[in-house]
Amino acid sequence: MAEIAWALGKILFMLVFVFTVLVVMIWGERKGSAFIQDRIGPNRASIGGVIRLGGLVHPVADVLKLLFKEDLVPGAVNRFFYTMAPFVVMVIALVTFAVLPFGDAIYLGDKVIPLRIADLDVGILYLLAITSLSVYGIVLAGWASNNKYTFLGGIRSTAQMISYEINMGLAVLALLLVYGSTRVDAMVVEQGQLLFGFLPRWGVFLQPLGFVLFLTSVFAETNRTPFDLAEGESELVSGYNIEYSSMKFALFFMAEYASMIVAAGFISSLYFGGWQVPWLDTITLREHAGTFLGVSLWVGAVFNLLFAALLWKRYRRERGLLGDRRELEPLVLGIVFFILALVCLGAVVIASPWNLGEQGAAHFATVVQVLSFILKTLFFSWLFIWVRWTLPRFRYDQLMKLGWQLMLPLGLLNFFVTAAVVLLAR
Amino acid sequence: MPYSIHGPQAATGGKGSRMRGAELWYLKEIFRGMYVTARHFLTNVFHMADMPTLQYPDEKPNYGPWLRSRHRLMKREDGTPRCVACQMCSTVCPSDCISIVAMEDDRPDVEKRPETFTIDLLRCVYCGMCVEACPCDAIRMDTGIFEIAADSREKFVVDLDFLLNNTTDGVKP
Repeated sequence: MAEIAWALGKILFMLVFVFTVLVVMIWGERKGSAFIQDRIGPNRASIGGVIRLGGLVHPVADVLKLLFKEDLVPGAVNRFFYTMAPFVVMVIALVTFAVLPFGDAIYLGDKVIPLRIADLDVGILYLLAITSLSVYGIVLAGWASNNKYTFLGGIRSTAQMISYEINMGLAVLALLLVYGSTRVDAMVVEQGQLLFGFLPRWGVFLQPLGFVLFLTSVFAETNRTPFDLAEGESELVSGYNIEYSSMKFALFFMAEYASMIVAAGFISSLYFGGWQVPWLDTITLREHAGTFLGVSLWVGAVFNLLFAALLWKRYRRERGLLGDRRELEPLVLGIVFFILALVCLGAVVIASPWNLGEQGAAHFATVVQVLSFILKTLFFSWLFIWVRWTLPRFRYDQLMKLGWQLMLPLGLLNFFVTAAVVLLAR
Repeated sequence: MPYSIHGPQAATGGKGSRMRGAELWYLKEIFRGMYVTARHFLTNVFHMADMPTLQYPDEKPNYGPWLRSRHRLMKREDGTPRCVACQMCSTVCPSDCISIVAMEDDRPDVEKRPETFTIDLLRCVYCGMCVEACPCDAIRMDTGIFEIAADSREKFVVDLDFLLNNTTDGVKP
């Protein structure tokens, strides 16, 4: 019974994590692209006319709008597959998360609860299998819509997926050779050691070429710029999702981001140490848990105070500029930050010196490691956005040439060199 | 020309040669591009107030004194309209949006004054010819109001009272 409860808890954590980051990513995409292009970006939607959070309310407003829009189904579609396609895309984006360890484990006395949803020995092969399924949603949408543009989008997506799957597989095979295990959690544990005594033993340092290959393939697999030919709006209007409206479209839209978040999670787990904090292994974290907690509380207090001061300055500067309740926002947020700073300071003053005990230290280490994983995932999610607003779209022949003529030979080379090195080093 | 991925049309351009591996991947250029976008992003995050965007409904652009905006009718010292209902503006108006009904004035130095003076703002093309034609500087287009909105066509037909009190500085000569 407890097992099921823990499993459900982990699934819930995963869902909450993905959907929270998804909202933040949609916001980041709009606001980030605006800042990259010297614009201000969305800033109008508000809660009660006061809280705008720099446009963070916009994704919520968007979803509400799409929920209440008319769900139009064109007459000529194949209804069953048309309805199924968005679900397939979304579900496949979410189930990939199952083998991803988002932390070490929760230690409750002698009970150990590993922080990953599915305890699969195949591990990374599951990732390859599921990501190759993800094209089905797009192909189904393209075909069932009975529209030439959607169909072309689906076809392109298929060809692209087949081409880049091989490169991704080769990059992952080289990783298997290095770590000697198919389990993602075993790979992450391996990355906790040091390389030459000063570098964290991350996949990116062991497999730099493999990392570039994997990253490029992941961009192609998630149908993301510069490889988003499936929705090349200049020639295919919007590709596979033209005929979708309302929440079905929103599902496609959110699935794109969900698969990006999962891909970011895999990039950080396979090549950047996952939940490992660089230079601080679990034992160190536990030994000095009290010190770390105290220091982080002090740092938190200082930063919260700094934010509060900046927001107060902004409130003073912009008062009277807008002439309505929106001016109160810096004040409200500043008060929130000030209260947080007081909480941090209070925690330091009341409970110092820190003595967490063995159990508390273990929990502290786990929390820090989960935070480390979340931070890395957020960074790579941002990388997806950053690349999208930097690069133009590839032309189709360039895409195929890059995949088959350059990346495939490089992937094979990387694989054989890795194999030779692993064999000689043994 | 038959399609060929080795042909010159597959090249990135310039020399018309085959793309070599490094060119194909564009890695160096990708990093340069990402440096540029990161620079813009960080500059804008830390200097948000310096962004060129004008927050339009909150901040109004300054178009200068030459902007031809919504009309206003000037007043005399005693508050009566300066207009003498000479029909010059309605005659010169290319879109025929001004209609004036004149009436006799009792004052010894004023012959006529408008009984009604209506402008159909939907017809108006904002050419400013009425302002040029007016012999006594009674009509001006200097209110600075260029957002003209209403929820029915009738509300765009503005009358004498509206035009006289169109702007806060309507009293000034």
